[in-house]
Amino acid sequence: MKLLVRLIHESKPIIAQVVKDTGVLINVDRARSDAHEGEEALVDVPDESCILVSERMRSLGAEVRILEEGIRHDEEECVDCGACISICPKKVFSFDKDWKLQVETKKCILCGRCIISCPHAALSLSY
Amino acid sequence: MEKSIDEINRRIRDGSARVVTADEMPDIVSELGEEGALREVDVVTTGTFGAMCSSGAFLNFGHAEPPIKMERIWLNDVEAYGGIAAVDTYIGATNKSVTRMESYGGAHVIEDFISGKAIELRAQSSGSDCYPRRSITTELRLEDLNQAIMVNPRNAYQRYDAAVNTSEDTLYTYMGTLLPHNANVTFSGAGTLNPICNDPNLRLIGSGVPILLGGAQGMVIGEGTQHSSAGSFATLMTTADMADMNTDFLRAAIMHRYGPTLYLGVGIPLPVLDIETVRRTAVQDSDIMVSIRDYGVPSRSRPVISQVSYAELKSGTIELNNEEIKTSSLSSFRRAKMVANTLKRWVEDGQMTLCLPTRYIDTSKQAKPMRETRKVILVQEIMQRKVVTIKEGQDITEAARKLLRGETNHLPVLNEQGRLTGVITTFDIAKAVARPERKVRVQDIMTRNVITTQADEPIDIAAQKLDHHRISALPVVDAQNQCIAILHASDLGKLFKPGGGRP
Ligand code: SF4
Ligand code: SF4
Repeated sequence: MKLLVRLIHESKPIIAQVVKDTGVLINVDRARSDAHEGEEALVDVPDESCILVSERMRSLGAEVRILEEGIRHDEEECVDCGACISICPKKVFSFDKDWKLQVETKKCILCGRCIISCPHAALSLSY
Repeated sequence: MEKSIDEINRRIRDGSARVVTADEMPDIVSELGEEGALREVDVVTTGTFGAMCSSGAFLNFGHAEPPIKMERIWLNDVEAYGGIAAVDTYIGATNKSVTRMESYGGAHVIEDFISGKAIELRAQSSGSDCYPRRSITTELRLEDLNQAIMVNPRNAYQRYDAAVNTSEDTLYTYMGTLLPHNANVTFSGAGTLNPICNDPNLRLIGSGVPILLGGAQGMVIGEGTQHSSAGSFATLMTTADMADMNTDFLRAAIMHRYGPTLYLGVGIPLPVLDIETVRRTAVQDSDIMVSIRDYGVPSRSRPVISQVSYAELKSGTIELNNEEIKTSSLSSFRRAKMVANTLKRWVEDGQMTLCLPTRYIDTSKQAKPMRETRKVILVQEIMQRKVVTIKEGQDITEAARKLLRGETNHLPVLNEQGRLTGVITTFDIAKAVARPERKVRVQDIMTRNVITTQADEPIDIAAQKLDHHRISALPVVDAQNQCIAILHASDLGKLFKPGGGRP
């Protein structure tokens, strides 16, 4: 399960703290630091530890949003061109043997790069 | 052995014609041999599905009461051509909506008509004795129109060069998103299924030949615009009735920062008349080569980086300078195959018979570049030669003073040799002052990655740089990277003096 973690003010190493406290391994997919919005990180945690980890993070002052899914793919709009394939840094997109687009949403880190590269507005973020 | 077109049509009519799609031909020929394939196969169907920007439709709305001769016309706020009287127009696929520039255009009007939606028509006229009405606004559906005839000046390119970007910035082009430093390659075209690739000498494809266009039965009008058969870049002009089209084979699209375009399915059934047809339709992806061009160079003659085949491009990665690069198709091979399969069904069911061209297309033609009679305006004509600069080692308070004194908010920064190494803006200084750790020298706070222009660069390219990077000035450098002048975004305004137009 992916969690979007936002630290509004000062940045403490909360991810390390949460790993220590809960013993759950957390995978950081992407992290961004921005002077105005504080720090934001997208992390991946095992589904069964999702509640435990997010509660602990909240108690340390972070805003946590649980993201149900990765990039959203609209099959109706998609024409299976493949323009998105070479754009994605995580190889989320590929063709099957009939040249139909396959989307492995589990690999998605929600970087958003593919969205503007799809000529058919078939890709969007759900959060 | 040869077969006549009549013989093939007779078989189509009695349901005994053997029809295959073009991608099946290589295997059939290697199994049965050329003679065997000629005996066995009667029709080969082709198909392509991709962005075909040069597309549009003639529409006739019927007369209003009182009648109007429409001179300016908008369909869902997309302007259509008003130069053909009185209730006729041509809507082009790439025209942008005046209200929704980034998300809607002529292609969307066409798709919306085809999917049965109502479209708002607005028109204006200067009025005349025979057409007194000055304006009209109404909502129309496709069924309300007398005619909606798609006529596409340039479709079904034989092949199309692939694109790469050696520059440092992401580019958004009609070839899709091109990542910096050769990080991806984009291409377009169906390769083995492409209609003209299966008949490169245009022996079978020409005026009057039946086709699938946007899901409708249509025909080839003749050569397309920019047709360049001699360079293996032949194109076709095509037509079909929009009322018979469907969205499986026609989709509006937006190329980010380029604009609207129309994705179209086009396919042509080819009668297998002789050995030459067999040989040509046995073409494979590995036989069709294209150049990879560098879109990082904003010129008509974009440098060729390498040559590749469609087989390599379709494999998902190609090798360039010993590196593996991911490829992206912009056209859809899956839908191209759907086009070829639909044509196959039409011919098998006897819904479409074939014919030979009533007029042949010239295969010796080569497209020319534009003849330009006015010279292109260069940066040197409007750049400011008096440029205030600063040295790397100077104090930022000195930079602040210069910025305050001058009319500029960009100070080019020079090193000891006088070469440009950075740029400093009022914003950089404000940032530096706001930060707790006091940085005092220009080189500590300057922007090092400077976007520059040259005196002999066309002004429109410099303007695009300003636009793309959202900046307001460009230092002008010479071959030694000496800063010789500066070009401000505000200087571009000089080109559009009221009344004067462009010089
Ligand atoms: S959002 Fe980023 S990681 Fe996810 S599919 Fe798009 S490009 Fe790939
Ligand atoms: S770019 Fe868009 S339309 Fe093309 S395959 Fe990807 S999701 Fe589908």
